Amino acid sequence: MKLHEYQAKGVFADAGIPTPESTLASDVDGVLEAAEEIGYPVAIKAQVQVGGRGKAGGIKLADDEEEAREAADAILGMDLKGYHVEQVLVEQAVDFTDELYVGVTMDRGEGKPVAMVSTKGGVDIEAVAEETPEAIASEHVDPAFGMHPYQARKAVYDAGVDPELARDVASVLTTLYQLWDDKDGADAEINPLMVTADDEIIAADAVMNVDEDALFRQPELAEMEAEAASGDELERKADEYDFDYVRLEGNTGIIGNGAGLVMTTLDLVDYYGGEPANFLDVGGGAKASRIANALDMVFSDDNVDSVVFNIFGGITRGDEVAKGINEALEQFDEIPKPVVVRLAGTNWEEGMEILNEELVTVEETLEEAVQRAVAYAEEVNQ
Amino acid sequence: MSVLVDEDTRVVVQGITGGEGKFHARQMMKYGTNVVAGAVPGKGGQDVDGIPVYDTVAQAVEEENADTSVIFVPPAFAGDAIFEALDTDLDLAVAITEGVPTQDMSRVKKRLSETDTRLIGPNCPGLITPGEAKLGILPGNIFSEGDVGLVSRSGTLTYQVVDNLTNRGIGQTTAIGIGGDPIIGTSFIDALELFENDPDTKAIAMCGEIGGEDEEEAAAYIDEHVDTPVAGFIAGRTAPPGKRMGHAGAIVSGSGTGTAESKINALNDAGVPVGDTPEEVADHIESFL
Repeated sequence: MKLHEYQAKGVFADAGIPTPESTLASDVDGVLEAAEEIGYPVAIKAQVQVGGRGKAGGIKLADDEEEAREAADAILGMDLKGYHVEQVLVEQAVDFTDELYVGVTMDRGEGKPVAMVSTKGGVDIEAVAEETPEAIASEHVDPAFGMHPYQARKAVYDAGVDPELARDVASVLTTLYQLWDDKDGADAEINPLMVTADDEIIAADAVMNVDEDALFRQPELAEMEAEAASGDELERKADEYDFDYVRLEGNTGIIGNGAGLVMTTLDLVDYYGGEPANFLDVGGGAKASRIANALDMVFSDDNVDSVVFNIFGGITRGDEVAKGINEALEQFDEIPKPVVVRLAGTNWEEGMEILNEELVTVEETLEEAVQRAVAYAEEVNQ
Repeated sequence: MSVLVDEDTRVVVQGITGGEGKFHARQMMKYGTNVVAGAVPGKGGQDVDGIPVYDTVAQAVEEENADTSVIFVPPAFAGDAIFEALDTDLDLAVAITEGVPTQDMSRVKKRLSETDTRLIGPNCPGLITPGEAKLGILPGNIFSEGDVGLVSRSGTLTYQVVDNLTNRGIGQTTAIGIGGDPIIGTSFIDALELFENDPDTKAIAMCGEIGGEDEEEAAAYIDEHVDTPVAGFIAGRTAPPGKRMGHAGAIVSGSGTGTAESKINALNDAGVPVGDTPEEVADHIESFL
């Protein structure tokens, strides 16, 4: 779960990391009031979960009230890479001489946290990592002990940070690690960490991704989740139903159980010349009502022209799946889109006995089911 | 023959009194697995179908000589349950639980390096030696005895590939689901090493997916150390960057690492054919035997 900038800044500030003065606003009057309070110049920043906000026109500087009004008018309500901007952060514009990067993430290969510092801040750090990895100093951290202060200092010196600033930057990195650890972070980043003319440092942006599996012990962050939810209506609906769901560009809807098998079904749709409309994993042990919700989800996507249901039961039972498919389809006078079903594994025979074959097309193998669904989707488009 | 598990394996089920724990303990016993104890704090002295339940894993080891644990404990307590298994010097711990926080697994991984216990999972279906024993939630009836070792990051994909194999009369020595999380106990490389050293495993099927670099590392390992023929499958060719595809570990990063393409190329370079479909994996395996 990715926090909005204003939420991450709040969390960082509470931990003692210096951040610019800022206020959240959702209308022009609110922006002007906040700017007056903070004092010009200010930065006005769209609060949406996409990268490259600045280039897309989602961040503007304002030197006075007139510019602030223009910026607020332009940004509030704009469509930014598919996301509707409803809130902006009005923030003290920092006059800086240099930009750094600090970050903490999990190195999955090592199974250990890694803390990073670079003097190449203010740019796409992933590009820096790819093109000039030596420009980023990193230190692996023993998760049992946490980060020792010497490790933060080592990273800062290795990165070649100005010695005048080394102490302060090391302190920010130590705080960031502790915060990442305490809050079950997946990634925590400050980019840029700005250096002012009087050698103060301040977090001009803040990124915090939280491990969704740990939200049960992060009640404050779990509350933020509703606000940070995806801008896509269907993905929001999937959150409500608690499905692993990803919307894609194609027209063949895909429902299955287990991430690997659902991905494989997507790949086969592509292999047989179709285009996947979504990834929907009903998870393990799904009961009939959950199966019905999955069909409801995929039917409510206008792009979908056919649906393939691929279930290989282990913990999931074929009879429950069949019951759910029947329940979902029997409420229609006419099925909105053709549905192809493939059932295998636990209780598949019981499932086949129950399944109302007048409502769906049944195929025995994964390959046949996918090819049939792709053919149905093609027919619609002819 | 088999790796890691056989009919003599003495299993303690952590969480045996819970819904999943009880159901799957029964399924395991029905398959023939030698379940000797359960361990659930506060439930010591009870029994499940005659299997004694202890408060701690240490008691189950002491009283029943358990050497392997299968963990069905909710995510909030799973990290602690794995630590408990590691601290009793079991040979093997299999964590089925899905949704264990990554930072907990980071600490587990550190502790694991200090013990002799092997951990499989978490977020995995477990493992099975057909005809002898199964540990976890795999549906026993689709497996058959034979010569093929199978290792996979995904449970249901394991079932699919096994089905393709069994349907054409190709059985398995052992099938291991290693789990789809970013940090897991047993890696592809560990499993490949076990199969390479098992004289009865004549071919290996390896099912990977997008995310991380484990498949690339496994490919390099195969190139250097594995003589047994391997066929591969990689799920997630159509996954867009930045989206988590169900498994916590299945995400293609913005900078382009962890893609299906890089994994398929690495495997091909190591001489491992990669099927476009699960059926093609079975074709390759058949050609090896």
